[in-house]
Amino acid sequence: MELLIKNGLVYDPINGVNEEKMDIAVKDGKIVEKVNERRAKKIDASGMIVMPGGIDIHSHIAGGKVNSGRLLRPEDHFKDFERKTAVTRSGVGYSIPSTFTTGYRYARMGWTTVMDPAMPPLEAKHTHEELSDTPIIDKASYPLLGDWWFVLEYLRDGKIEECARHVAWMIKATKGYAIKLVNPGGLEAWGFGRNVKNIDDPVPYFGITPREIIRGLCRVNKLLNLPHTIHVHTNNLGKPGNYVTALETMKCVEDLAEDGKPVIHITHCQFSAFKGDDWRTFESGAEEIANYVNAHSHVTMDMGQVIFTDTTTMTADGPFQYILYTLSGNKWVNHDVETETSAGIVPFHYRRRSYVHATQWSIGLELALLIKDPWKILMTTDHPNGGPFIAYPRIVAWLMSRKAREATLKKINSKARSRSLLPTIDRELSFYEIAIVTRAGQAKALGLKNKGHLGIGADADIAIYKFNSETMDPSKKYKAVRRAFKRAAYTIKSGQVVVKDGEVLKHVDGATMWLDVKTSEEAKITEEMKRRFKDYWTVEFENYPVSEDYLAISQPTTVKADV
Amino acid sequence: MPVVKAVTCPVCGSLCDDIELTVENGRIVKVKNGCAMCEAKFLGYCGEHRVLKPMIRKNGGLVKTTLKEAVRRAAEILAEANYPVLYGWSSTSCEAISVGIELAEEVGGVIDNTSVVCHGPSILSIQNVGIPSCTLGQIRHRADLIVYWGSNPWSAHPRHIERYTAFAEGRFEKSAWRSYVNKVKALVGRKKLQSAIKRLFVKKPAPVPPPISEYKPYPFITKEGRKLIVIDVRRTKSAEIADYFVQVEPNKDYELLQAFRMLIRDQELEVDRVAGVPVEYLEEVADVMVSCDFGALFFGLGLTMSSGKLRNIDAALSLVRDLNMRTKFIIMPMRGHFNVTGANIVFTWQTGYPYAVDFSLGYPRYNPGETSVVDVLLRKESDAAIIVASDPVSSFPRKAAEHLVKNPLIVIDPHMNVTAQMADVLIPSAFVGIEASGTAYRMDHVPIPLKKVVNPPKGIHPDEEILRRILKEVRRIKKKEEAA
Repeated sequence: MELLIKNGLVYDPINGVNEEKMDIAVKDGKIVEKVNERRAKKIDASGMIVMPGGIDIHSHIAGGKVNSGRLLRPEDHFKDFERKTAVTRSGVGYSIPSTFTTGYRYARMGWTTVMDPAMPPLEAKHTHEELSDTPIIDKASYPLLGDWWFVLEYLRDGKIEECARHVAWMIKATKGYAIKLVNPGGLEAWGFGRNVKNIDDPVPYFGITPREIIRGLCRVNKLLNLPHTIHVHTNNLGKPGNYVTALETMKCVEDLAEDGKPVIHITHCQFSAFKGDDWRTFESGAEEIANYVNAHSHVTMDMGQVIFTDTTTMTADGPFQYILYTLSGNKWVNHDVETETSAGIVPFHYRRRSYVHATQWSIGLELALLIKDPWKILMTTDHPNGGPFIAYPRIVAWLMSRKAREATLKKINSKARSRSLLPTIDRELSFYEIAIVTRAGQAKALGLKNKGHLGIGADADIAIYKFNSETMDPSKKYKAVRRAFKRAAYTIKSGQVVVKDGEVLKHVDGATMWLDVKTSEEAKITEEMKRRFKDYWTVEFENYPVSEDYLAISQPTTVKADV
Repeated sequence: MPVVKAVTCPVCGSLCDDIELTVENGRIVKVKNGCAMCEAKFLGYCGEHRVLKPMIRKNGGLVKTTLKEAVRRAAEILAEANYPVLYGWSSTSCEAISVGIELAEEVGGVIDNTSVVCHGPSILSIQNVGIPSCTLGQIRHRADLIVYWGSNPWSAHPRHIERYTAFAEGRFEKSAWRSYVNKVKALVGRKKLQSAIKRLFVKKPAPVPPPISEYKPYPFITKEGRKLIVIDVRRTKSAEIADYFVQVEPNKDYELLQAFRMLIRDQELEVDRVAGVPVEYLEEVADVMVSCDFGALFFGLGLTMSSGKLRNIDAALSLVRDLNMRTKFIIMPMRGHFNVTGANIVFTWQTGYPYAVDFSLGYPRYNPGETSVVDVLLRKESDAAIIVASDPVSSFPRKAAEHLVKNPLIVIDPHMNVTAQMADVLIPSAFVGIEASGTAYRMDHVPIPLKKVVNPPKGIHPDEEILRRILKEVRRIKKKEEAA
């Protein structure tokens, strides 16, 4: 099928296109130079913004933990549901939408690629079953490897290449996309109800420190030539004073960087940018983090912006979730996974009037505005931890408009307002920069070659928004920006118009991307390895890997490793 | 003879996946590693009660028909119904459940799984309190204290203790099997000695077993390693191997749980007995709970379906949550059917709710007490029913079953069970995990693939395939109606 998008105001940062009026031609799901103008279906985008489809580098949309959250919170669904239509399935929201609804809601906003960031390898099949049931969007998932016993033992013994081969095997076996570390070492300690205090606190019974795990997996990541860097949820997340840990985590891999390329992604950085000794002296550490990131090129990060709403926090960080439960007294789910990881869930309400919550809101925006290079800081809410992803239009408005920020500042806790750095920041992001933090930058950080841009040969994932950036000032008309991003005029996925004026037109399957990592020598599946497997897990070796049958559309990328 | 290894056993929620089957001429002839239930299923699934032809009720009797005709009739019943119920799902694959939900949405019915009559109260409690849990391997590696409350794994989940808990070998905790054997030897020795002494010196009539009110703790011999506590209304097989056995009076679990909650907070109990158990003994058991490094509490229907129901589970979950202030403690329901966990999971990711989902308004609605199949049947509201891989007529309340069989009834099941005998349309299906592949979820939410080991009899299809055909036919009928 051929498609021609005419006269749109195109923003395509990867190709340096900034608000140029041009036509985009699409054929067979790819962007092409030109199509037969008479035969092609035409979309008149005059007076509208055209961008690559949105990408989300970190959003918990599928898997055991997300589903336990769904089960835990019927009250979250009662207030928000979607009826079955002639083309769409029914479902529920709000903070943890059912799978079909998740796909539709992303597509309605013009997002077409979403990464689920925390997959316990043992339960990878569950994640993939849910991803396959998430329509329209393309997706991938990061296996949790920072507390896997194999990794801890190989790194302790200094067997980095052996470790790399096993990580390669694991990524293939779980159909994963990147190496995810969550509170490295801390989750293993949580197995006995403990935690690690800082990045040099040894992991009980394993004789290894978080620093060694982070550095080790960073080197493994380089050996395997993975497209994304290691994806790190820092130690001490959610604790006052933890900005020091975040800085140490970034510093500890400084020397591993080459040619100014990023080697580490600090995810939902807002939650790791707390200053102060306790909750009373709590304040923003965004400035310190921003200063460091501005001076270094080996880091990318995403915001983890907080939204004032009722949401559900869920991370693999079991000990952090336990602390959140003791703080809030809300219901609490814990789910430790043998030899690999853990998880926790606590419903949470971010309130404007709370000093801590309002400061958290401020920290996220401060980070995004103080870090000068938009390629380094990407937009997320760490869905649903900071708030559900449907709040993205509001964040876009806050980033683009000082007036929008001030409107919210007026309503928040007065102490938080007086300490917030936001009133001192004049910066307002342009649409070009918004296209970076929501698409181009995300694609670049993830190493997605065919996504996040509109160059010839790219996947035809396109979002068109009804906002005339030539005649309207987003800084003043921030509400119009919000409306435009809430309901895309068109969302095009793989060359098909799937959304028009915020309504889903088609239920199509999205692909699941994964890495087929080729090592020169495969991890030896010896009898010894099988014996160890039997010792470590309670499922049989051959029942462990995820077969491609679990993926609705399987889209492997071959990666050639150096080991 | 070909041996198929790493087969998952489709019987109970333990989902042991290390079964080895020997297949000869398309028949399973030998089962290795399995328990008695596993062997019985793999060797005896193709018995005399197997249905081999689709059937339709005509003039009061079931007569054989073609699959096409049976599917057409089933689709007609569902398409005509205003408020059908779709029930079962816990003994089939997640893939089939997924199609079932699509069908329920299409016909605007109520879809429910067997949780409604087993761990439904547990789910309601989890929605109240949350649940600190983990996978079974975590318990194998770390737990030095195992508690079974109102469940009898020795008989109902026979390999649970051996594979995952007290007798399993873990990284930080060793198997308690050897010390259990020593303990049994010591006990037998002591008994022999006592009876010898009695024979020699004392001449008394045989003692009458004491009534429950004169409760005496189980003779306790300390052993090394993991400790096992069993709490139940009767001395089960599992209780025999326990280090501590607490015999709770029937329907007094709630009191006992709250007593434990007080004890672990170091509060005094100002009574002598709780639920028929001396307080001193409870204090001792509470002390064991608090002083372990990693404890695990498993609970069964003894807790969910006795008096108090979800309140019992609220208390149990709260107890474990409280214990986490003192040590690491987790709790897990002992799920029965091999894929009842999977049914809850698939329901939840597609509709947001784990069971009792009502699609009559075009979107998922959940309100157990109103939208569960039992509620709908008791209100006599349903006007058609499809039962997949389950036998509700033998397990539902009588009034509910009475209304169920008044509905036009479609049954998809390999067996001629009680419900199938009442069916208007009966479509035989293949056994998932033996004759059809798929996915099931273990009680700890770990997904495990089910294997197809042998071919189903000719003309027999898996549940998933049959449901797809019915769904397709329903859509065709509806389209035709719309056009007309």
